[in-house]
Amino acid sequence: MEEFVLIMRHEDGSKLASPEQMQIWMKQTMDWIGGIAAQNKFVAGTGLPFEDARVVRPNNVVTNGPFGEIKETIGGYIIVKANSVDEAVGFAKGCPVLQGEGNSMEVRKIAKGDGLH
Amino acid sequence: MEQQELIPHLFRTEFRKITTVLCKHLGIAHIEIAEDIASDTFLLAVETWSFKGIPENPTAWLYSVAKNKAKNHINRNHIFADKVASQIKQTASEIQETEIDLSERNTTDSQLQMLFALCHPSISTEAQIGLSLRILCGFGIDEIANAFLTNKETINKRLFRAKEKLRIEKVQIGFPGDAEIDKRLETVLATLYLLFNEGYYSESRDTVLREDLCSEAMRLTHLLIEREQTNQPIVNALFSLMCFHSSRFKARKNENGEIILYEDQDEALWDNELIAKGGYFLHQAAQGNKLSKYHLEASIAYWHTIKADTKEKWETILRLYNQLLITEYSPIAALNRTFALSKVRGKEEAIREAEKLKLTDNHYYYTLLGELYRDIDNEKSKSHFKKALFLAKTRADKQVIQKKIDASK
Repeated sequence: MEEFVLIMRHEDGSKLASPEQMQIWMKQTMDWIGGIAAQNKFVAGTGLPFEDARVVRPNNVVTNGPFGEIKETIGGYIIVKANSVDEAVGFAKGCPVLQGEGNSMEVRKIAKGDGLH
Repeated sequence: MEQQELIPHLFRTEFRKITTVLCKHLGIAHIEIAEDIASDTFLLAVETWSFKGIPENPTAWLYSVAKNKAKNHINRNHIFADKVASQIKQTASEIQETEIDLSERNTTDSQLQMLFALCHPSISTEAQIGLSLRILCGFGIDEIANAFLTNKETINKRLFRAKEKLRIEKVQIGFPGDAEIDKRLETVLATLYLLFNEGYYSESRDTVLREDLCSEAMRLTHLLIEREQTNQPIVNALFSLMCFHSSRFKARKNENGEIILYEDQDEALWDNELIAKGGYFLHQAAQGNKLSKYHLEASIAYWHTIKADTKEKWETILRLYNQLLITEYSPIAALNRTFALSKVRGKEEAIREAEKLKLTDNHYYYTLLGELYRDIDNEKSKSHFKKALFLAKTRADKQVIQKKIDASK
């Protein structure tokens, strides 16, 4: 069994939608995670709020953001257990973030701490 | 109270106090001597009282006999140790002053300290429960064997090994330091939770015994609430959960020991006082910022005390099960979540999610699938119920499933 991180990339929902709509998305996200946890495949995860976000660049340049490429901002991630990358992709397909045009899910394998990966 | 009733009653309430206080006094290495003295005391009570009648204050009689027996034991031991080791560290007069304190405060404290000692991480959970039942609840070996659906020898061996372990580890009977109490509290709560479940879900057909297990678990949990240091939100959450569950105790089995499913329970048999109590302690548990699995389970149990099938009810239950699974996976939570999902989003979606669970050695899994397929594909529904029947182990479970097969078209 491998571990994969599923990275959600999407726009700041609060800029697009009402608090009610946000709540529906939140509920859908929890149901999605609950479905993975019910298969005992959930490891960890968290949302990453858009406020208090900063980007630090060389020479102590600090900017608010990252808001350059709006659709590609990381809004959260979860770590899952899966037998293959295909199974992890299967989990990612269920993420409600994908309802938004231009949003995406990135699936990445987590390196094992064995010094070889 | 007649003697036939009085002695068993006193045994239930006083055996544990005497054993615990003596054990505290003598040290955990002498746990068996403490048990023996307590047993001897009751034996003497049976003999003497049937002869001379019941004393005016039976409890005081027991305490004073137990104290004397303990003092004699200590004296004998000291004389022996003195002669063998010929190293006098304590004079006879000092020994006489050894006061065994059976006051209410000391018995309560000793019981709590004993609970922490018995829940030492070095012994297995089953042994922790077994020892707690024996030492803190005054259960006989027969009763413990009955509760665990096993025989006396197994229990005796299990308890013996656990006592050895406590001796070797030199476990102290006392409250762990503030820094450690939170860590140990979790084990203590896990044991109390299992103790309660042992009574709630036990296959034993002895209703009185099962109710006793539950009320003992509740009594010990409440002792933790009474003490400032351990009166934490998580303890209140567990107690609340126990209140909600036990409010349905009378409604969930009929006189033949058959399980009555939640939908079919007679609400008139639910205990409103316990439901109110559960609500109170859930409120108490709402302080602090830690959301434990007991908080989540208590909230789920609270929503089950509202029988009406509202959208709000099932949406909330689904959300709570999502959180519970994220906190800690368990097959039963996964199945219950899927049931809640069927109430919120319909059976088709729940079937898709259920089939991903792959709990193929679990009869509840097939019972759930049987339920979900009902009226969608009755053939499939029936074949799932049949698989469930094949996997079910207990008579009570088989009966429930058989009824479903008989009722399916």
